[in-house]
Amino acid sequence: MAYVAVKGGERAITNAHRWLAEDRRGDVAIPEIETDQIREQLSLSVDRVMSEGSCYDRDLAALAVKQARGDLPEAIFLTRAYRTTLPRFGASLPLETGQMAVRRRISAAFKDIPGGQVLGPTFDYTHRLLDFTLAANGETPVEGALEAEEAQAYPMATIASVFAHEDLLEPDTQTDGAPAPFDLTREPMAFPAGRDQRLQALARGDEGFLLSLAYSSQRGWGSTHPLCAEIRLGEVAVEFIPDELGFAIEIGDLTLTECQMISTYGGGVDTAPQFARGYGLTFGHCERKAMSMAIVDRALRDAAAGEASAPCQDEEFVLYHSDNVEASGFVQHLKLPHYVDFQADLQLIRRQRRDYAERAAAMKEAAE
Amino acid sequence: MTARPNEPERYYNYAYLDEQTKRMIRRAILKALAIPGYQAPFGSREMPVPYGWGTGGIQLTAAIIGPDDVYKCIDQGADDTTNAVSIRRFFAQVADVATTEETAEATIIQTRHRIPEKGLTEGQVLVFQVPQPEPLRGLEARETETRAMHAYEEYGLQYVSLYESVAAHGYIASTVGYPTMIEERYLMSPSPIPKFDNPKLGQNPAILLFGAGREKRIYAVPPYTNVRSLDFEDHPFETQTWEEDCALCGAQESYLDEVVLDDSGERMFVCSDSNFCAERRAAGHAGPMAGHQLAALDKEPA
Amino acid sequence: MSALLDLADIAPAFPDPTRGSQAVFRKVMEAMARPGVIHDLGFAPDAPQGLDRAAGAVALTLFDFETRIWLDPSLRGGLAEGWIRFHCGPPLTQDPMAAAFALVTDLASAPPVAAFNMGDAKYPDRSTTLVIQLPSLEGGPQVVLTGPGIKTEMPLSLAGLPDGFWAQVQANHEQFQFGVDFIFVAGDRVTALPRSTRITIKGD
Repeated sequence: MAYVAVKGGERAITNAHRWLAEDRRGDVAIPEIETDQIREQLSLSVDRVMSEGSCYDRDLAALAVKQARGDLPEAIFLTRAYRTTLPRFGASLPLETGQMAVRRRISAAFKDIPGGQVLGPTFDYTHRLLDFTLAANGETPVEGALEAEEAQAYPMATIASVFAHEDLLEPDTQTDGAPAPFDLTREPMAFPAGRDQRLQALARGDEGFLLSLAYSSQRGWGSTHPLCAEIRLGEVAVEFIPDELGFAIEIGDLTLTECQMISTYGGGVDTAPQFARGYGLTFGHCERKAMSMAIVDRALRDAAAGEASAPCQDEEFVLYHSDNVEASGFVQHLKLPHYVDFQADLQLIRRQRRDYAERAAAMKEAAE
Repeated sequence: MTARPNEPERYYNYAYLDEQTKRMIRRAILKALAIPGYQAPFGSREMPVPYGWGTGGIQLTAAIIGPDDVYKCIDQGADDTTNAVSIRRFFAQVADVATTEETAEATIIQTRHRIPEKGLTEGQVLVFQVPQPEPLRGLEARETETRAMHAYEEYGLQYVSLYESVAAHGYIASTVGYPTMIEERYLMSPSPIPKFDNPKLGQNPAILLFGAGREKRIYAVPPYTNVRSLDFEDHPFETQTWEEDCALCGAQESYLDEVVLDDSGERMFVCSDSNFCAERRAAGHAGPMAGHQLAALDKEPA
Repeated sequence: MSALLDLADIAPAFPDPTRGSQAVFRKVMEAMARPGVIHDLGFAPDAPQGLDRAAGAVALTLFDFETRIWLDPSLRGGLAEGWIRFHCGPPLTQDPMAAAFALVTDLASAPPVAAFNMGDAKYPDRSTTLVIQLPSLEGGPQVVLTGPGIKTEMPLSLAGLPDGFWAQVQANHEQFQFGVDFIFVAGDRVTALPRSTRITIKGD
């Protein structure tokens, strides 16, 4: 058969976009999904898009999920490309996760800790049996969760405060007059990376990539034997000091997931043995991501101390490859035309095959 | 030349980027020009097209373009490749700029993988889209290491690699992204242009700007700069050549693409530079397959 | 440094900042790419007392809150400083080593070239760019420029340079990849001299 050389053109692109829109809509006999349905009912997709998209806006994330047809890395990309055009008014005060209005808080280190174990909304003990009543038409009746008999302690003690009297856990350090944190959205990655740069990169990093790295660490590739000291989920107030006021005001709440992984640190010349920490923080409820992030953060701290070098401990390897917008773009750009390169490769390989054939012929002749 | 469209209501700033981002990129361009071949880091932004689609080139263009410019965009040498069409449309929309396919008419030419066949002139800027700005990356994966190599001009690794190629093949088996030395100081990747285009880098009257969005680097070759493609005395640098001429315009000295015509090995070779080929045909040059349907396609509205 | 600005004294900048700074940048880019070629910035707005139009245009185009600026002592506290702070918002410094840009209007009493930041081995781009205002870009003793950006050679006759200045620029070039880069302005005009340019002084 004869091939028709297809040249791109505006018509082709426009038509591709129309087709894409048709596919996104699907069967028009089925009602179009509303972004508020996505925001409320696919909330964990929304949370992931906000986290890796570095933009806390549930409605925007829901729109991105809808437009991306549920492809979350694509939705994250849409969110990032929008976010980058937004003006910045300034930086908030550091968030006080210790002051979180907690919905879920568990510690695997203690059977009970001040404030108690609060399971909250979790898949953890669900049996993974498809619930066919959800597939039935109409609303599934929901029995509301029961109200606690006693009000929960507030603020709920953090793992750091629990350990505080014994100096067993590496303390929270706060640097007065510290320089503004590194911002990857304004300046390129630099090495060695400070912890601020690393945590920002991990917080924006792909959940799947961090999950696999954390898993590899647990299996022995740079293991730090982490223990989940605390996971908490809830709402934290954001405070901001407007120039014209000169004092802090609350400008809203964020839902956050925070994870503190701890593992033993044998101590050094100047430091007693203690538990060192790995830290994970995400927008919304992204527990798998927060835990993975904390494990990878802990593993990278070993690398900073000059210890071992498994993949999860290699700062350049981890930080340069964790961003799914970068990774997805570069992997997928291979579908763009490369025929100039390929023509060059064709020429080279034909030349090498000629050389090979000549050498083979010469050897055969010599052997005869 | 396509006239610029009427200014639409804008949801985004002129040329998409905000002014602060443009200033940051402009400052990086000046330093890149002052240190030819050196990769200046810049705060690359997320763009509305994916990394790998030319985000570095787009940011460079957005930082320099004005409504008086005439913009040309090529991919694989051609104005009509899908991504070139898409990027050209983007700037026509966001920068109210006139666009063209004619190399000589353009003030800014954005390119992926080629340098136009027609010689550039003073007053033109050639913006390269760069996937991997680090020429040593294939030999050393770590940025911390390669940055030190550039700092201390330690390029032994690159020469060893070329030497090994000569030892294995009898010649330097490199095809695109062939390493260059700028003013005998910085080793530079020319981006994945075929080595056929390397000789056009040196002493070029135009400004050559290179942008790598994902890798967040900008570098430059000013006009009339010395650019040497690495080689050995006994194995001098050589470029690609073809036994065939362009099937459409008969050109003997342009970079050719191989177009497969059927399943039994029939093929034709045509200029990769679509504007060069069209202009030659318009001037009456004809190759052995001048009437082929490919020639008619340049008239397709883009 | 953070004295309140009296807005009544602040003169306007570009009527269209997007278009104005783009047009100025293209001239400055051409200047840095082709050392010694002189460009006209007559379309830029008036600058306040102490600054020529071209100097003001370069500041408006390149300075912002991300660039630390060393201001000539003669500009400090005056209308020019207020204008730059209002329109560009840069942090100011008196430490030449900390400056991304230095705006020099009295070259004879400015610190020596080598006192500014030369960049570091891995990041030579982190060096100071000196914006130097002169009485004229022509009419002074001629030097000859060669190097990247210059086809054969390029004469340059900056006026009002203090004795020994060209020797400092030569020394700056000798240290390549380290070095500062120069943007010279006078009246409406601008030219540039990157560290890559070799300078031959007549009679050398």
